[in-house]
Parts: sequence; C-alpha cells; structure tokens
Amino acid sequence: MREEEGLRIQKIENGTVIDHITAGYALDVLRILNIDGKDGHVVSIAMNVRSGKMGKKDIVKIENRELRQQEVDKIALLAPRATINIIRGYSVAQKTRVKLPEVIRDIIRCDNPVCISNAKEPVEPKFYVVGTSPLLLRCHYCGREMGREEVLKQFSG
Amino acid sequence: MPFSLAGRDIISIKDFKREEIDEILRLTDAFEPLADRGSDMLKGKIMATLFFEPSTRTKLSFESAMHRLGGEVIGFAGSMGTSVEKGENLADTVRVVENYADVLVVRHPLEGAARLAAEFASVPVINAGSGAEEHPTQALLDLYTIRRELGRIDGLKVALVGDLRYGRTVHSLAYALSLYDIKLYLVSPEILRMRKEVLAGIRGRVDVVETEDLAGILPELDVVYVTRIQKERFADPAEYEEVKGSYRLTSAMLSRLKPTGIVMHPLPRVDEVDYDVDRIPQARYFKQVRYGLLVRMFLLASVLGAI
Repeated sequence: MREEEGLRIQKIENGTVIDHITAGYALDVLRILNIDGKDGHVVSIAMNVRSGKMGKKDIVKIENRELRQQEVDKIALLAPRATINIIRGYSVAQKTRVKLPEVIRDIIRCDNPVCISNAKEPVEPKFYVVGTSPLLLRCHYCGREMGREEVLKQFSG
Repeated sequence: MPFSLAGRDIISIKDFKREEIDEILRLTDAFEPLADRGSDMLKGKIMATLFFEPSTRTKLSFESAMHRLGGEVIGFAGSMGTSVEKGENLADTVRVVENYADVLVVRHPLEGAARLAAEFASVPVINAGSGAEEHPTQALLDLYTIRRELGRIDGLKVALVGDLRYGRTVHSLAYALSLYDIKLYLVSPEILRMRKEVLAGIRGRVDVVETEDLAGILPELDVVYVTRIQKERFADPAEYEEVKGSYRLTSAMLSRLKPTGIVMHPLPRVDEVDYDVDRIPQARYFKQVRYGLLVRMFLLASVLGAI
C-alpha cells in the first residue's frame, strides 16, 4: 500500500482487510456482511482508490473480525477479484483470494417468483455457478439464470 | 449392459444425453403390441399421480399406460379437498405418498417442483409438467412422433410456432431437438419469443432462426409444431388479447407444406389449428397422443426396472 493511502486508512491490530473490491462496492460488501459499525469496532472504508491492477478499487478494513467461509463466498459474488487478508498483531497472518464455489447454498434466493425454492418447502436455495465474468448463476430447482444485477438487488434492500 | 432407467427420476430433458434419448425412442417401439393386447409387466406395482394443477390428457395418458402394463393407479388432481389445501407442502406430500406407491408422477404449478419432489422421494419421480418450465415426457413423445413418422430426426427443418415464452412443451422440446443435427425455426409474436435461458442453452448447438413469418418458411419445413397461446399464464389480459389468434393454420395455408411434412400439436388446441386441417394427410396430432401412450409405457416399465 502506498503512503498516501496509509494516511487515509489506519492500520488495524487484529481483524480483516478486504482489498481489491470492485470500485464502488465497499458499502455493498459491508451490507452483506451485516457490518454497520454499531458494535464499536473500527471499520475503515476507502472507495475508488487507485489500483495498479484494477484502475480503481475499494478497500475495507474491519477490526476484531475474521470472516467465515460463507461470508467470503458472499463477497466473491460481488467482488470476484477481492483478496482477504487476515491481520494478527499488525501483520498479515493469512492472505487469500476469494473464489466462487461451484455450488452456492443458502446465500441468495432465486429471482423467479414461481420457483419452488421460494415456496414453503424445507429446502435451501441452491445455485450452480455457470459463469464468473460476468457472473451467471443457475438455480438448481427451476433452472432460472441470474446475473450480477439480480444478485445485487437482493443485498440492497 | 442393456439400457435401463431403473430407479431413475425423469425431471428434465436436460438430464438426458442424446444416446439415452435415442435408446428410449428405439426401445419404445416394442410397446406398440403391448398397448394393443395388454401386459402384466407391471403387475403388483402402483403408480401415484400427484396433479396439483388441472390436466386431462397427460394424467389419462399415464394412467392408461400403467393400466395397460397391468399396474395399479392411485392419485389426485387439483388441490381441492386434499391435505395441500390444509397447507401441507410438497415435500411432506411426497414423503407420505411414497409409502403407497412405487413411482410418483407429479404435475405442479411451480417451477422446479418435480426436482424438489425427487429429492424427498425414495421412489422414482416423473415430471408431468412443472409450471411454465418443463414437460420432459411430452418432449420425448414429440421426438418419438417425428422419428416414427419421418424415420429420422437429423437433417430436418423444424418450426416451433406460437407461444414460445410460456409453453413448457416447447422449452423441453427445443432443448431435446438441439441434441440433433436440425435447423430450428422459432416462430412467434415478439412478446412470446423463446425465453433467453432456453435460447442460451440451444444456441451454438443447432442453427436457430427467430421469425414472426410462418408463411415465408412453410414450404421448407419438415415439421410444423404448433402450440396454444397459454392464456392462463399471462399476467396482463390485454397482452393476451393482442396476440391471441396470431397464428391460425388452415388447410389452404398448409397446401404449401411439403407432402412429406407433418403438422404436430401437443393439444389441447383452441383456434390455432383449424378443424379442416384434421383432414389433410400431414396432420399428426392425434397420432402424437397414441405415441405418447407408448413412450409413457416404456418410461414406467423402465424406471420400475421391469425391462
């Protein structure tokens, strides 16, 4: 990270840094992680900062929180190039790139109102990832295909 | 090992490879004599029909197929007076009824319902229509009709005409046809064009032409497959009024169809095929019904492991 960015975003002692978020999506990432800052921990957001690889990117730093796998999968839906850095004692303990699993369960629901998975049935929604750029998911039950826009709509309520 | 569907669910035509469909069509021929004289191939077996949506011909076709093979039939049609009306979900209904039957035939208004039913049932499930999504046994009987009547499927020019948006039959059939080397014409009014996910699934595998002009392509066609405009699935009645009667086949119009061409329709028809078409030699829709019986006899015998 270059110095001028370092000035904008304070280092964290323990927690998670989500880097290389698609520019403009930092708030959506926080929303799907249910992070609203009310628990008192430091949350830093940088939006539209310069990135060598991506042109522009967003960065989110969350203190005292390490993400679960399902949360990482959710981020992958919105920001397929994001990297997750687990910070312990001010240094990077672990660095991973998000990766969409082949099958996504229970994170999002089917966009098709007449899909059986939206009815009162004891099943979790299940999707196959048929494309990553652009994102394309296919419902296991009804076969309806959903792109990035349909997925985003579900997190912006 | 001989081809068998023993224990298998029949949910979507997409679950089948071309070689499997070819085997189904080939093996169905042997059921022609059994349809005439009857058989006890499925004696002691019970088929349950779970029809959460009205149907006459599909339900009767499955029931007749089971009876002709010596099996028994139980079931219901419509949710009136059933536990469903009391609020029972499909998963529970299936887990109850599977105790009474060896195979479940399910029709449901919601898409993906048959797949869900199959996940909860330990006996084979056959999809007899799930919303506007799929109708795999109809697609198989349509292919069987083409093969029986024209001797082949490869190399043909096939037009699907009418309601390509809501008609579940054409969704399954378009996919099934895309496994063959054909030219596919999709003929519909603008607002009833084929769903994008179906198009995405078949494009690149077959030559697809979308058009509104049936008369222009008619002389080229080997198969004219006409469908009813699905009034019940329109959210906006004004939209239905606008497109109803878009395509009305008459015997005069069909004089331009090749003598070897055939006219098919999944039935019921409303006004898209004139009654005078029944008398032209290319009309095949009532034969399609007969072939549907044979295909369903094969499917029941095969999933129940009798062949």
